[in-house]
Amino acid sequence: MSRYELRFSGAGGQGLITAGIIMAKAASIYEGKQAVQSQSYGPEARGGASKSEVIISDGPIDYPKVTQCDALLAMTQEAANKYSHDLKEGGVLLIDSDLVVKIPEGNFKTVSFPIINTAKNDVGREIVANIVALGAMVALTGQVSRENAEKAVLSSVPEAFLELNKKAFSMGYEKALAASA
Amino acid sequence: MAFDYDKYIRPGKLPHIWCPGCGHGIVMKGLIRAMDTLGLKKENTAIVSGIGCASRLPGYIDCCTLHTAHGRAAAFATGVKLAKPEMNVILCGGDGDGTAIGGNHFIHACRRNIDMTYIIMNNYIYGMTGGQFSPATPTGHKASTTPYGNPDPCFDIAKLAIGAGATFVARGTAFHANQIDKLIVEAIQHKGFSVVEILDDCPTTYGRRNKYKSVIEMMNRLKEVAVPVKAAEKMTAEQLQGKILTGVLYKEEKPEYTAEYAKVIERAQAK
Amino acid sequence: MSKKVAFLQGNEAAAHGALYAGCNFFGGYPITPSTEVAEVMSVELPKIGGKFVQMEDEIGAMAAILGASLAGSKVLTSTSGPGLSLKQELIGYGCIAEIPCVVYNVMRGGPSTGMPTGPSQSDVMAAKWGTHGDHPAICLVPASVQETYEEVIRAFNLSEKYRTPVMVMPDEIVAHMRERIVFPEQGEVEVVSRKSPSVSPEQYKPYDTSFGDVPPLASFGSGYKFHVTGLNKMQDGFPTTKAEIVQAEEERQVRKVEANADDIVTFEEYQLDDADVVVIAYGSTSRSARYAVNAAREQGLKAGMFRIKTFWPFPDKQIKALAGKVKGFIVPEMNLGMCANEVERCAQGKAPIHGIFRVDGEPINPDQILDKMKEVK
Repeated sequence: MSRYELRFSGAGGQGLITAGIIMAKAASIYEGKQAVQSQSYGPEARGGASKSEVIISDGPIDYPKVTQCDALLAMTQEAANKYSHDLKEGGVLLIDSDLVVKIPEGNFKTVSFPIINTAKNDVGREIVANIVALGAMVALTGQVSRENAEKAVLSSVPEAFLELNKKAFSMGYEKALAASA
Repeated sequence: MAFDYDKYIRPGKLPHIWCPGCGHGIVMKGLIRAMDTLGLKKENTAIVSGIGCASRLPGYIDCCTLHTAHGRAAAFATGVKLAKPEMNVILCGGDGDGTAIGGNHFIHACRRNIDMTYIIMNNYIYGMTGGQFSPATPTGHKASTTPYGNPDPCFDIAKLAIGAGATFVARGTAFHANQIDKLIVEAIQHKGFSVVEILDDCPTTYGRRNKYKSVIEMMNRLKEVAVPVKAAEKMTAEQLQGKILTGVLYKEEKPEYTAEYAKVIERAQAK
Repeated sequence: MSKKVAFLQGNEAAAHGALYAGCNFFGGYPITPSTEVAEVMSVELPKIGGKFVQMEDEIGAMAAILGASLAGSKVLTSTSGPGLSLKQELIGYGCIAEIPCVVYNVMRGGPSTGMPTGPSQSDVMAAKWGTHGDHPAICLVPASVQETYEEVIRAFNLSEKYRTPVMVMPDEIVAHMRERIVFPEQGEVEVVSRKSPSVSPEQYKPYDTSFGDVPPLASFGSGYKFHVTGLNKMQDGFPTTKAEIVQAEEERQVRKVEANADDIVTFEEYQLDDADVVVIAYGSTSRSARYAVNAAREQGLKAGMFRIKTFWPFPDKQIKALAGKVKGFIVPEMNLGMCANEVERCAQGKAPIHGIFRVDGEPINPDQILDKMKEVK
């Protein structure tokens, strides 16, 4: 079975639900695969825990939630602690190296770079950290092509911010490749 | 020539359910005269009510009539009016229906200033259920559930309507029958949410418990306490003690809800 | 030309389904997790000249759509558990006064405020018994974003056809998950409108059974004058307490739906031909069940699924027939056994029922179902 499971986790307000949606959109609208995105969240619009899950498959997807995670993004220490345990053997964990200092151990590959800082300093706006993270997840998971993922990004963000998001996506993609090499 | 009420009354639906001496019939006749004065088309007029004696009124009038659930007249009517702004929408009901269980819908209909006219027959009591106190029952008065005197303060319904944003508020009484249709005419002509409170009598469940010996005594009381707003201007605070103002109490021009929503449609379609 | 596709949430799909069905009036009140429906309707309705109103409370929203429906609109409201409890008063009004309307209710944890962002399936009995008195009930329980879109259209059609409130009840997972949706072309899916009167205004009676169990409904403001009440009524719409009339009208109101169960009830049979363990599931739980059935089949278990798409009327006939053929039913649901009780009623002792009941705000996962299948074996 081709089922591939991703989880984007962190704090509310980090834009992780959006990142998950764009990943799923890239797969189901542009890549010709099937995808389901779901989420869980607390009552807070900002802060609190946030989780977005994406299942990608070549065929119909029944259970819409993660059973055993193939790829995990953790943007807070809390999220890394909470979710890394159900990462598959050989799966991939992406963390923000500034925020997750206690690196979870397990039979998976951990990739880390300063995601938020990349957004803030290299791209120029902290608000696009989720797109930096998305670019990195696209590079690390290989579930959708770089081109299709970029199309999904550009069709999901306000017109005035196309260039900013494009840059954020590329930065994330490149940095993840470099960090995992 | 005598006014022909029959052209507005549904054939076969009388006699009404109201007790002898109840003022609701006087209000209904006032409404019918008002409709006639304005030449309202019956098939283009919706009369919407809640539950209670006063809310049975629509059933007798030959229009599009909607006898809704307890307190919900204003909310149902909002749906009718917004769906078909070209219809005349008139609401009627009692004090308990309108200001207790329906209080929230009432104040929000006032706030929206949607072009409807609400006739509240205030007889200070829940009559249909046998005389329990309502938010309009004066403090100290007796009802079947205030056997030792009502401890609750009461609403001034007209002031409530003004405070909530109604743009036309008037008050009349069942005694001043000839004024009722004039107030209703002016209310219907007003573009916005208009409230006409009619002080009414319930000899059966209110009068009996509060030492009114007869309907005549109740009507005389309405006659005595009512002071037209114009006359009140020349009276001292002392003279106004225990009196109730009648006539048009408040009027202002403000944007009307269905007209404002038409602009929303224009803005949405312009995009 | 290729069809329009989008990547949408269940709630967003519901709003677009309503628009396809001709909805032109929405009355609502904000509540998690259904608010997206209101948000989409507030954007889209004025574009087509329709009306969106946010009312002062849930009851007011229900009242407004009933009023608008009587004025000839196709109407929708959306809510969730606590709001459904409030709306029940006027859902009953819609049933007795026979006013078409669609109530979209996203199931979250309860009772009371419960778990506003957690999934649940515990409103399914409220869909039938939430409002007092005997009354008809139609309730659809979609399991995907595409199906939510389609079932909202069907809900409008059923509501218009049978002149009664219809509920669509996705659980929070279906309502909030996003999937690809393919929009049908205009005219591709049938859209039904209420039967309007064929007689003159003078002859019109709003509950005239000479036209069958579902009498034609005129609109306010269309030249027809008539009376509508929440009291037991006669054919002319006026209240009555005459025993034989009340009895006949009450029976008709229920019969118009129950006697047409074959037209209304929908379901999916998955791997049932040789199945001896059958999962009966609905909503997002059926997705876990399908996963479990596939996994069980790989392990050589003869498992299958009967998926309920229409919860009310309940698929009595189909489950009765299955009960004679299987070793056992598994009923996974996010409540403490609401559907399981119905299955038990239908099974009449012919097959054991094994429930998997979760009310902790977490979905039922496929492993739980798979483990239970092995027990039945």
